Amino acid sequence: MSSTEVPIAEVSPADPNGPDPKKLEQVESVVIRFCGDSGDGMQLVGGQFTNVSASFGNDVSTLPDFPAEIRAPAGTLAGVSGFQLNFSSLDIFTPGDAVDTLVAMNPAALKTNVGDLRRGGTLIVNVDEFEKGNLQKAGYEANPLDDPDLIAKYQLHRVPMTRLNRDAVAGLGLGMKEADRCKNFFALGLVYWLYDRDRKPTEDHITEKFGKKNPTVAEANLRALRGGFNYGFSTESFTTHYQVPKAKLAPGKYRKIEGNEATVWGLVTAAKRAGKTIFYSGYPITPASGILEELASLKHFGVKTFQAEDEIAAMSSVCGAAFAGHIAVTASSGPGICLKGEAMGLGVMTELPMIIVDVQRGGPSTGLPTKTEQSDLLLAMFGRNGDSPIPILAASSPGDCFYLVQEAVRIALEFMTPVMFLTDGYIANGAEPWMIPSFSDFPSIKVEHPTGKAGAWGSEENGTGNGHGEPEFQPYLRNEKGARPWAIPGTPGLEHRIGGLEKADITGNVDYSPANHHKMVMNRINKVKGIANHIPLQEVLGPEKGKLLVLSWGGTYGAVRTAVQSCLAEGKSVAHSHLRYLNPFPRNLAEIVKGYEKVLIPELNSGQLRLLIRGNYLVDAVGLNKIQGKPFLVNEVVQKIDELLES
Amino acid sequence: MSAEIANSALPVLTAKDFASDQEIRWCPRCGDYSILAQMKKVLPTLGIPREKFVFVSGIGCSSRFPYYVNTYGFHSIHGRAPAIATGVKVARPDLQVWVITGDGDALSIGGNHLMHMLRRNLDLKVILFNNRIYGLTKGQYSPTSPVGQKTKSTPMGSVDNPLSPLCYAIGSEATFVARSVDVDIKHLTYVLERAAHHKGTAFVEVYQDCNIFNHDAFLYASDKSIKADHIVYLEHGKPLVFGKDVKKGVRLNGMHPEVVELGKGVGEDDLLFHDEKATEPSLAFLLSRMKYPDFPEPMGIFRAVEAPIYDEQVALQVETAIKKQGAGNFDELFNSGDTWNVD
Repeated sequence: MSSTEVPIAEVSPADPNGPDPKKLEQVESVVIRFCGDSGDGMQLVGGQFTNVSASFGNDVSTLPDFPAEIRAPAGTLAGVSGFQLNFSSLDIFTPGDAVDTLVAMNPAALKTNVGDLRRGGTLIVNVDEFEKGNLQKAGYEANPLDDPDLIAKYQLHRVPMTRLNRDAVAGLGLGMKEADRCKNFFALGLVYWLYDRDRKPTEDHITEKFGKKNPTVAEANLRALRGGFNYGFSTESFTTHYQVPKAKLAPGKYRKIEGNEATVWGLVTAAKRAGKTIFYSGYPITPASGILEELASLKHFGVKTFQAEDEIAAMSSVCGAAFAGHIAVTASSGPGICLKGEAMGLGVMTELPMIIVDVQRGGPSTGLPTKTEQSDLLLAMFGRNGDSPIPILAASSPGDCFYLVQEAVRIALEFMTPVMFLTDGYIANGAEPWMIPSFSDFPSIKVEHPTGKAGAWGSEENGTGNGHGEPEFQPYLRNEKGARPWAIPGTPGLEHRIGGLEKADITGNVDYSPANHHKMVMNRINKVKGIANHIPLQEVLGPEKGKLLVLSWGGTYGAVRTAVQSCLAEGKSVAHSHLRYLNPFPRNLAEIVKGYEKVLIPELNSGQLRLLIRGNYLVDAVGLNKIQGKPFLVNEVVQKIDELLES
Repeated sequence: MSAEIANSALPVLTAKDFASDQEIRWCPRCGDYSILAQMKKVLPTLGIPREKFVFVSGIGCSSRFPYYVNTYGFHSIHGRAPAIATGVKVARPDLQVWVITGDGDALSIGGNHLMHMLRRNLDLKVILFNNRIYGLTKGQYSPTSPVGQKTKSTPMGSVDNPLSPLCYAIGSEATFVARSVDVDIKHLTYVLERAAHHKGTAFVEVYQDCNIFNHDAFLYASDKSIKADHIVYLEHGKPLVFGKDVKKGVRLNGMHPEVVELGKGVGEDDLLFHDEKATEPSLAFLLSRMKYPDFPEPMGIFRAVEAPIYDEQVALQVETAIKKQGAGNFDELFNSGDTWNVD
């Protein structure tokens, strides 16, 4: 796109057919962050910039960062909401370490975010908001915009956004408050000019969203957007603007996808592959609520959603729906998973297929509701009474949620077991380009419900007949994978009872006898262990043996992969292996971790995977642990790799 | 019974068909036996194939019930039976689902689930065995134990104010609320039948004797020699009369019920007439507050009204969505919104 093709609004002082008066430079990648009050609409403009960049053909990766309070007092540090976006002509995996351009809508936003801006980076501030009251709320004694240190470090642009925006929307009859609500679009327009973006998709979005209901608001937002754009175009404050060329992604058709959205689409796809209905039960909780909301909008896919009275009821109703023959799913975050533990144990005991999604957030207790963490791995592994094994899968990126949650469903159905699917706040809310698959790419998932005698698996030969040469239905007779039959209510002749008390092997009757209990505990453990024979082998990037292996899991994939790739490019001896199957581990993992002198396990917790790896393989793994509610920066991982390679 | 018979269009079943092969492990003379026996009598009369029944229970003596009925059954975890039954019923509205629970299970650990199941009005049948004690854990007081009761956990007597299961149910918008007594065989059978036929959540409290830890707690309501003066049978459209010689009645004095002697200027027309179909639950609530020894305790159907049924509504929304939007197309879904091509 050349900037001369950009239609200029009437308010523009520039000649639409005239030459671009500013220098246009090409850059590889840009990290931009919008930050302001949580009421300032930063998530909205961040999302718009992402859409426009993705559909232009950049690779994108996003990091929304918002406060737990919906509206903390305006202008305070607690109320700052941010949206970071990395858009690039290269293949990228993270939202970026250092920010190239920071848009700060008020002093509080500047204070909490300027530390992440790289030296020499572009700093755009709404100078109108830097008045006494707001400076005080942000804890500034003097105006930071007058600080020589700040001016020396960054390319500072003092933009009177509030005033210019009011001017742009003047004459539409809006009140001051309504007018000021458009200033996020003014900021977006300015940044669109700065990065030579096409305004049209956003203009279409505004028209579609407000056009019919409130044409005045639509017009105001359009004027604000164009006003910001033209400000960049005409003012002398900005001398250069930048272009980020298209990325060389694999050929195909793409869209943007967020983690929770991908999880939902994956669940619905898997259910269709299995020829089953989804029953979803959930209780609202950040950052998992999006799954409930998205599924509730897909009723025409035959999805039944149930907003339960609490987390316990959500999990319990999942047990009921699984017994009744549905693909039963619940999702929550740490505090909710704690409450679900009891009914998850019932799912283990009754050996019914079900999916429990844990969108992890900072803990313990209420912790950091809107911030990311990987600290529920041991909760997923061990958070129930008794020996209570549950298979665990963890997605590595937003788009991966779509594929891996289908694996979770496959395993649940094939092995008759609850399966935990872990994501995190970073993946759930983050977005990336996603190559659109075709439904026909996916094979069907086989589900068998025994009917009558033939399907009941019992026989006189294996001692499970009724004494009259007929097989008797045996709810706890196992197949070669250790799975029991899924006989569902409504099937004549297979009436049976299940429950939380220990079951007798084969018959499923209540049985407290010592030897039977030992056997049944081992049956359940061995069934889950055996899944290792039905999942892919673990892969390694880099040398198969050598000095250092970096072993990661879950949402840290992007940062760790980028770090290892850059080290490999510099000829360092380091390998990367990223786990998506956490229980059981892939069957070749022991061999892999023992092939290196050192193993580094970076995690957004205090060392939970490390404990499992050390315990399982007696490998003296080293941790890189960050527990700040934020994802790894690539550089943090690179530094740790260098440190270990040098020591 | 063989699968062939169950498959035939009109199965003729008897109580025997609903007996499972499991040995019943309630204490001898426990009130639960009678409730199980009446249930097995009622089930074959409903015209529903055996495989369409599901019994869901929580934890407690009564919650062993599903093991003793030869239908599909789920003996679950403490207090959660309403939530588990909700999952079964929302998934499969074609099944007849019964919830078996007790006073501790339903009102203490599972109180929250009970309230929400009732207000949603799922098409579930709930039998609460009220013995005013924790039997399975060997004799601690329950949410229905009276103040002053000495139990293992209240050696000086309970100071915990009890609640009435029926008041709770009515306050939770239950559409069918009833009460009976374990040994009142005919009446219990009638109440269970009515519950089975109700469209919506049917909530039945059964006074049940725990002859080990709280024996004769309901003697006033079960002993044939004295109960006539302590209970009043509710009949729709009939006045509330009771007593050995049917000489007593309940009359409304403003908002308050009072016991009156018939004759002496008081006729049946002056009494409170029962209306189980009243839209407002005020009368049912007033009846549920009548307690021995101040009042005769009502037995029978307190409330039986119709309201939209949750599981049907959920299914209807799915149907409506498919009708309006067409059955979901995956490729359309994946390709919705902004897309772009990379060559």
